[in-house]
Amino acid sequence: MKLDGAHIVCESLVREGVEVVFGYPGGTVINLYDALPDYALRHVLVRHEQGAAHAADGYTRATGKVGVCFATSGPGATNLVTGIATAYLDSSPIVAITGQVPTNHIGKDAFQEVDITGITLPITKHNYLVTDVRELPMVMKEAFYIARSGRPGPVLIDIAKDVQAAELRFEYPETTDLPGYRPTVRGHEGQIRQAARMISEAERPLVFAGHGVTLSNAQEELKELAEAVHAPVVTTLLGIGSFPRTHPLCLGMSGMHGEAYANYAIQQADVLVAVGMRFSDRVTGKVQSFAPHAKIIHIDVDPAEIGKNVRVDLPVVGDIRHVLKSLNSRLHRAEHREWLEQVNAWRQESEGRDILNRETDDLIPPYIMRQIWHVTKGDAIMVTDVGQNQMWEAQYYLHDKFRGLITSGGLGTMGFALPAAIGAKVGCPDQEVWVTVGDGGIQMNIQELATVVQERLPLKIMIMNNGYLGMVRQWQQMFFGRRYSGTPITGPDFVKLADAYGIKGFRVTERQDVVPTLELARQIEGPVLVDFVVKGEENVYPMVPSGGSISEMMRRPLDDEETV
Amino acid sequence: MKQTLIALVQDKPGVLDRVASLFRRRNFNIESLSVGHSETSGISRMTLVVNCDTETQKEQVVKQFHKLIEVTKVIDDVTPDRAVYRELALIKVSANIETRSAIIQLVDVFRAQVIDVAPASMTIEITGTEDKLDSFVNLLRPFGIKEMARTGRVAMLRGTNGKQ
Repeated sequence: MKLDGAHIVCESLVREGVEVVFGYPGGTVINLYDALPDYALRHVLVRHEQGAAHAADGYTRATGKVGVCFATSGPGATNLVTGIATAYLDSSPIVAITGQVPTNHIGKDAFQEVDITGITLPITKHNYLVTDVRELPMVMKEAFYIARSGRPGPVLIDIAKDVQAAELRFEYPETTDLPGYRPTVRGHEGQIRQAARMISEAERPLVFAGHGVTLSNAQEELKELAEAVHAPVVTTLLGIGSFPRTHPLCLGMSGMHGEAYANYAIQQADVLVAVGMRFSDRVTGKVQSFAPHAKIIHIDVDPAEIGKNVRVDLPVVGDIRHVLKSLNSRLHRAEHREWLEQVNAWRQESEGRDILNRETDDLIPPYIMRQIWHVTKGDAIMVTDVGQNQMWEAQYYLHDKFRGLITSGGLGTMGFALPAAIGAKVGCPDQEVWVTVGDGGIQMNIQELATVVQERLPLKIMIMNNGYLGMVRQWQQMFFGRRYSGTPITGPDFVKLADAYGIKGFRVTERQDVVPTLELARQIEGPVLVDFVVKGEENVYPMVPSGGSISEMMRRPLDDEETV
Repeated sequence: MKQTLIALVQDKPGVLDRVASLFRRRNFNIESLSVGHSETSGISRMTLVVNCDTETQKEQVVKQFHKLIEVTKVIDDVTPDRAVYRELALIKVSANIETRSAIIQLVDVFRAQVIDVAPASMTIEITGTEDKLDSFVNLLRPFGIKEMARTGRVAMLRGTNGKQ
């Protein structure tokens, strides 16, 4: 079968199981776009290439399948950069395909030429510049294999325009030959035996679950582990959804804005079983005082994560699911009554400080998040932006659902929520997809509202509008004497804006209107945007100040205590 | 603490860029880097000398290095007792009728080689360990070194009894 490069790309995508591509056409991908309609590939036209990368990312996080985006050379390619970096920091498997100027123009500063393989070198798992059509089939095969195997990550393929037009007798390779890339799947049996022994001997065991559990689809194995030895489970931000939040053993998120009782548990545990997480600074706080009493077992697919940030007593390198299966088969059942009682005492103390248990009529995001949870029966795919709205969502929407939270953790990319939700909804059309976002973040990729309408995606977009870039404002309040430099922000009339795009818009200013509006939003078939005008100076608690120990949290002041 | 690493990498465009980018991004400090063909076609061999403060840091360097798809092998136990190190230098030194013979004497003592002679200078090639090169350079300095090119360290593990 003789095909040109553009058709080879599409044919390869179909063979890799791709069904949808998020993209934006341009001069050097005209051939690719010309081939696209010949295949069963849905194209979602975004309004800015950054949206395409985030949508591909949202798609993969919701479905577990590789997300794909297209962009043209030069500005099209550079607009993908933030999205690719977001995927890289969170180990999201996406394949980004960019056009490049024709081979004979490369290096001549041609129109819309940019060295995108050079630019994305440190933010891709691997990347390719294809200047010969004969390399193209193998590059496509390798790109998908590399993106989804081992520790997943983004791969970029930059294809010169003439390569897209050049013809080749097409044969899709069945295997790859990558002598330098052999990800470990099975963990070392001796290490796993030793881990089982350490866990069995523990008095205060604690499981610490991260994104790796989701990436490896190991949620059942994780549950089995925790239940077998009655070990409480804390998660990272991206570990949310890997263990049901309403499970009695679940302590929720730990770290900078984690639950106080989750952080206390880390500081008192004697064995910490870290599963598919990487001890980010947002989780450890001051490393020297992190988990001081614990022997740390670190299970991860990436050997370079072992010992990178914290000392590890027992590493197990391998695919989480494989390792947990093997580990679980060696565990002795155990109960840790005293330990669980202690943890629950901390939990009760936290509940006393919870803002939802205070007398107030203020319209505050924690209340809204909890009501969204009630109204959606905890079964929505929630896509959040970054900042206060993200932390409140993580704290107050009780995620039992696997892959139920999509959020930018590592890079912390504002503007992520709306385009990522587009990807999630395209990937999971039968599920409810809700967006929670601040009035800052929504304005970073607001152009994608047009994509929502064109693609008829019934997203429910909830704006927590406090008139500030809230997280930075909170830091300014706490550590910079309330000098709100650069953080007050205005926006358009979001309801009118929604109307202009053809989206139903509502504004809520009172508590009593929250639930009826959420119910209404849910009943309306199409997309809905709600502008919640919330209290301006509300803070996220608890908070571990940057570089502080996670034992020393700033707690929400009790009613009779002075505020900052 | 200087660490010597040997890496075998697939000879593809951009591979050197990937290595350099990795070391810069991870804040690893490269003392020297030399690249050339290996015994296998399509595979290049790199010798790197890296400054590592701790054993943990060395481990990180090796592990991150391994993650590059085109790196097929990293040898990290390249210690002086297990390996031989060599470096080559080309040195252009000022030389006239009066100084020429003194320089040639030094060249003989160090088993270096004169590879070019001009009325006002000589170019010398020398191979050896860095220490040997350093002392040779120090002895030449009073004559006036006009130009110098050093390759950086290349290393190879010693053969062992019975097996390679």
